[in-house]
Amino acid sequence: MSAADRSLPVAKTRRQVPRAGLLLGGLVLLGAVAVLSIGIGAHSVPPAEVVRALFDYQGTDDHVIVWDVRAPRALLAVAVGAALAVAGALIQILGRNPLAEPGVLGVTAGAGFAITIGSALGLAGGQAGQLVFAIIGSVAAALLVMAVGRQSPLRLVLTGMVLTAVLGGIALGLRMMLPDAFDTYRFWSVGTLAGREQEPLALPLAAIGVSLLGALLLSRPLNALELGESVAQTLGAGVARTRTATVILITVLSGAATAVAGPILFVGLIVPHLVRRPAAGSVPWLTLYSMVLGPVLLLVADIGSRVLLPTGEVPVAIVTAFLGGPMLIWAVRQYGAGTR
Amino acid sequence: MTTSLTAQGVTLRYGDRVVSTRLNLGIPDGAFTAIVGPNACGKSTLLRAFVRLLRPDAGQVELDGREVGGYPSKALARRLGFLPQDPLPPEDIKVRQLVARGRFPHQSLLAVRSPQDKEAVDKAMTAAGVTDLADRLVRELSGGQRQRVWIAMVLAQETPYLLLDEPTSFLDITHQYQLLGLLARLRGEGRTVITVLHDINQACRFADHLVAMRDGRVVAEGNPSDIVDATLIKDVFDLPSVIVPDPVTGTPMVVPTLEEE
Repeated sequence: MSAADRSLPVAKTRRQVPRAGLLLGGLVLLGAVAVLSIGIGAHSVPPAEVVRALFDYQGTDDHVIVWDVRAPRALLAVAVGAALAVAGALIQILGRNPLAEPGVLGVTAGAGFAITIGSALGLAGGQAGQLVFAIIGSVAAALLVMAVGRQSPLRLVLTGMVLTAVLGGIALGLRMMLPDAFDTYRFWSVGTLAGREQEPLALPLAAIGVSLLGALLLSRPLNALELGESVAQTLGAGVARTRTATVILITVLSGAATAVAGPILFVGLIVPHLVRRPAAGSVPWLTLYSMVLGPVLLLVADIGSRVLLPTGEVPVAIVTAFLGGPMLIWAVRQYGAGTR
Repeated sequence: MTTSLTAQGVTLRYGDRVVSTRLNLGIPDGAFTAIVGPNACGKSTLLRAFVRLLRPDAGQVELDGREVGGYPSKALARRLGFLPQDPLPPEDIKVRQLVARGRFPHQSLLAVRSPQDKEAVDKAMTAAGVTDLADRLVRELSGGQRQRVWIAMVLAQETPYLLLDEPTSFLDITHQYQLLGLLARLRGEGRTVITVLHDINQACRFADHLVAMRDGRVVAEGNPSDIVDATLIKDVFDLPSVIVPDPVTGTPMVVPTLEEE
């Protein structure tokens, strides 16, 4: 046996937890964090009371708080967390780039730019108006990026980055010239869940739900696509079709999440990293795990946003950044250790 | 000699460069066909046209009398299995999982893995000799092992045709012969094997049908013993040589007579 052919030493084999068991564990954790998130706040509701309110509604003050404020906010955190995490997983797979996050397709910048324009025109004052402008901006940016980037993942990502820089610059200029636009934008640009649960959320939540289902349906063809373009094509996976559908899902997921909660970074970057090892190269499992861990992370961050300062709330995007930074460093070190 | 996979008057282009013009070639059913020729003679391009990775500018590629372009993707993928020259495995994937990806054309988007899938994967891993590696990470394997894993992936596809683009390129000589032996065995089991090879002597030794190409044209095709002589080697490779019988198999063996400078 030649030296070149000797296989590399096997990494120490750890006893593997079955992937379904891990998913179940994740769901239990998600349930627990959700109950905590509903209970904790300016007026705390004990976990047992939260459960009672959810399943045996009595109309007490605690129950009203749970149903009218806390539960919708937790639901919003779950949807936004899942959307960002799955969008991140999809863009990382599509771009074959473990450091990509949904914002690189220009979707977030598109939303921010549209809101700046909208508020400069005095049309995006309310949150409903912001929602509309954010969605229009996201979709327009994604269409432009797709038109220029076409089928090449590298071109898509580069185009997205260029668009982000250009739109960011123009928007900044506009905001400096128009103080009113600046105020509206400033409100939106802080990624937060506070108060956002009071807005009409049926449409963005439905869009997120449908897209998450779509992501699960796409996960098998993406499994094939990971083997490279030639192999995927000859396995019958329809490379162009799969890529287009993936970009559409990324746009809808991150566009809808950004529209309702404002820009929240790191969730889409960090969650797919954390679940990559247990998913062990399977896109369907990576997607499922992201759907569970994204909400857990955002719920925890949202709890943090309510309790960290005695005086009021910290926007959740700031908390995710603080959580995400160290986690990213940890994940990259783990990843590097594995690949050598 | 029946030929169900054929290229009929195909003009093939790679970017702006026309590689082949009005090329005709039929692949004999159930045979081991080896395509040889100098670098950039269009052999890989032709192989890619057979598996529909490249659409001809003119002419057509037909499988069972029907143009390959007319097949639904998965239906074609259940007939033609293809392995490119240097496939890149995803991170963190284990051998068994990679082989199981070959089942894609047999699965619907929703269905969970069926008993047939498991059986096909087991059979493919046995045939390629990678059963012992099932739980290893693909990126930790040696080149020879990895190539066998990719072959197992294509075998799990359970296609009557196997098309391989220079499958021996990155292997040492022992693994080259092992791999070619595996392909010969698969042909013996009734599959049609079509492979691009660099080494003319290996091609003569293992192939029933040799296709010699140069400048995008088929210079000669047929049984290696019938067509390989010094003239053909000169025409195809520009190499002066004598042809002697291989001492082990009796198949033609090319010995260059080029003097060292």
